Amino acid sequence: MYNKGLIVPGLIITVLLVTFPFWFDVFSSAESTDPTVELPPGGEQNCIYPADEMRAEHMVILNEWRDDVLRNGNRGTVTVDGKVYGKGLQLACMKCHTNKEEFCDRCHTYASVVPYCWDCHLTPTQQKAGLKEAN
Amino acid sequence: MDTKRRTFLKAAGVAALAGISAPAVTKLAEASSSAVPAVAENSAGTAGKIRYGMVIDMRKLYDRPDIQEKMAAACRYAHNIPTFDDPKSEIKWIWSASYEEAFPEHSSAHNAEIIEESEFLMLCNHCDNPPCVRVCPTKATFKMEHNGIVAMDYHRCIGCRFCMMACPYGARSFNWFEPRPHITQEINPEFPTRMRGVVEKCNFCAERLARGEKPACQEAAAEVGAIYFGDLNDPESEVRKVLAENPTIQRKPGLGTKPSVFYIV
Ligand code: SF4
Ligand code: SF4
Ligand code: SF4
Repeated sequence: MYNKGLIVPGLIITVLLVTFPFWFDVFSSAESTDPTVELPPGGEQNCIYPADEMRAEHMVILNEWRDDVLRNGNRGTVTVDGKVYGKGLQLACMKCHTNKEEFCDRCHTYASVVPYCWDCHLTPTQQKAGLKEAN
Repeated sequence: MDTKRRTFLKAAGVAALAGISAPAVTKLAEASSSAVPAVAENSAGTAGKIRYGMVIDMRKLYDRPDIQEKMAAACRYAHNIPTFDDPKSEIKWIWSASYEEAFPEHSSAHNAEIIEESEFLMLCNHCDNPPCVRVCPTKATFKMEHNGIVAMDYHRCIGCRFCMMACPYGARSFNWFEPRPHITQEINPEFPTRMRGVVEKCNFCAERLARGEKPACQEAAAEVGAIYFGDLNDPESEVRKVLAENPTIQRKPGLGTKPSVFYIV
């Protein structure tokens, strides 16, 4: 091979450059940027399903509730730890997760998803303080 | 050989024609045997099924614009309805207008003075044969089969406004602007708002009925007892008794929409 002295170090430098993000991540001491959410301020321990299931499925459950309530005439209630909630984002979820900004928004912002729930549904802050004061 | 081919082709042609037109023919036959009455009577043969309806006793609301406003305010609060001054952007669930506007089919040259002077309350009629449902391309407007309420799913509404063209009663309003800044009253924390670009209308207080409560407007008119609400399919219900005892009219009955809101005038 001609110019071995140039080609081999060149290749090594290229490979190192391309894989730099991985090396940097392995050796960096910077803290993880994964989002952390704050749990319900009221201290409620249980949701309608275990946390990992909720994490993966909450959007599906919300859609099912929506169809139950609006279409199928099944407004029913859900009971968690003896407490009865009406089916719905405002009527159930946000009753415990009163900290939408530290709960919903943390992951949604991180994952860059913009759910349109809040175009119509009221956040706990808005529910308490009214629309004008909360915005 | 030649003649044989001719007959074969003829037979094949006739068979193909019969095959293609068979569905249309059976459909035509079906349609003519079950002709739909043009102006239908109100719901026959629906035993066991609820159909909510309302009777508005106007005799108790003549000269009472205060009560009419109270009813509108109750609905406004219950459903977080915005207020717009421009009538073109107005959001109306329940509103008042002249007899002429409410009952064009009934207007006569020499109405009683009280009728000429008073305003009449109007809301969605929750028609038994609702044209708004027929035209909605997304099924955002639909009739709930178990109680007859013509409901909306705002999540689905694409704001095409076909339903507004179809509704002969002006019972639907379009959100031309973001409604939230125009909600002037206190907010009801149990109910959502709407967003720009969707249509909205009276929902017969479905969310209150589910909790065993009365419609908000009925409750607001309780002091004069002007509103009766209940199951039109149940001969024993209060609405049916009121209907049996009093001559009533519906808005534009000739259109065959079969309104569920009745007026004692
Ligand atoms: S009054 Fe209008 S909006 Fe209401 S059900 Fe009838 S057609 Fe539809
Ligand atoms: S405006 Fe909404 S409710 Fe009306 S017809 Fe279109 S999609 Fe349906
Ligand atoms: S029935 Fe309910 S939604 Fe309809 S006008 Fe009355 S208060 Fe409003």
